[in-house]
Amino acid sequence: MIVPFGHVLLVAGIVFVLGVFCAVVRRNLIMIVLGIEIMLNAVSIAFVGAALRWHDLDGQTFVLFILAVAATEVSVGLAIIVYAFRRTGSFDPSNFNLLR
Amino acid sequence: MTLYAYFFYLISAVVIAATAIAVTRRNMVHAVVYLIVSYFGTAVLFYLFGAPLLAALEIIIYAGAIMVLFLFVVMMIRVEAPEEVMFPLRQWLPAAVFGLVYLVAAVVIILQTPGTEAPLKMLTASPRQFALYVFEHHWFSIEVISILLLLALIGALHLGKGSAKREQQ
Repeated sequence: MIVPFGHVLLVAGIVFVLGVFCAVVRRNLIMIVLGIEIMLNAVSIAFVGAALRWHDLDGQTFVLFILAVAATEVSVGLAIIVYAFRRTGSFDPSNFNLLR
Repeated sequence: MTLYAYFFYLISAVVIAATAIAVTRRNMVHAVVYLIVSYFGTAVLFYLFGAPLLAALEIIIYAGAIMVLFLFVVMMIRVEAPEEVMFPLRQWLPAAVFGLVYLVAAVVIILQTPGTEAPLKMLTASPRQFALYVFEHHWFSIEVISILLLLALIGALHLGKGSAKREQQ
């Protein structure tokens, strides 16, 4: 016996709220992408806990897919950030106002 | 409370503390390194919940490739002056308040739902069982993900090469 399932969900929820905080408050493109990674990590914790709760390996399968999609999105996102930095010279998202 | 329960609470505290510290760093390299600590804690949590292959993959892919990619980008782009206006109160207080409200709502919902007091039993899916399950039931998603990774490779290559060519001009 480990822990009640609600505690696992709580841990995942707290980490997810921290990720949302990072993505919303920080004014740095790299920190925003880091916040997205924190959120993905929190969801992975919830999925693996749920796989143990219901004895279903689908939870762990989905964490495998989350890992792959996170790697994809980070590589393309960072390539875009590097390109945007070379265009405008800063990481501050309020400087990207070319459409205005 | 068994030994595994102590482990779970200790590692969860480490994960939450490391993530909270990582979110509030001004130096990006410090934030990434604290996040690597958080990912190690998550890998231990995966191992506790009976997913040893996922624990290894988390360390190899997440902490070992994705965070190192972040470090490469941060070190490649030399930032001369501290650019980020860090945390004026007017900016982070609403976000923190709303986050706390959501957290309280989540706590209430979790406590009210009848199925969540059930303690988890220790059970492990060995890599062989996990791999057999994945490739038996979800082989098509694996193919789609391989195409997705190919797309990411092509996209990153194109974006990187375009800016390099422009710099040479």
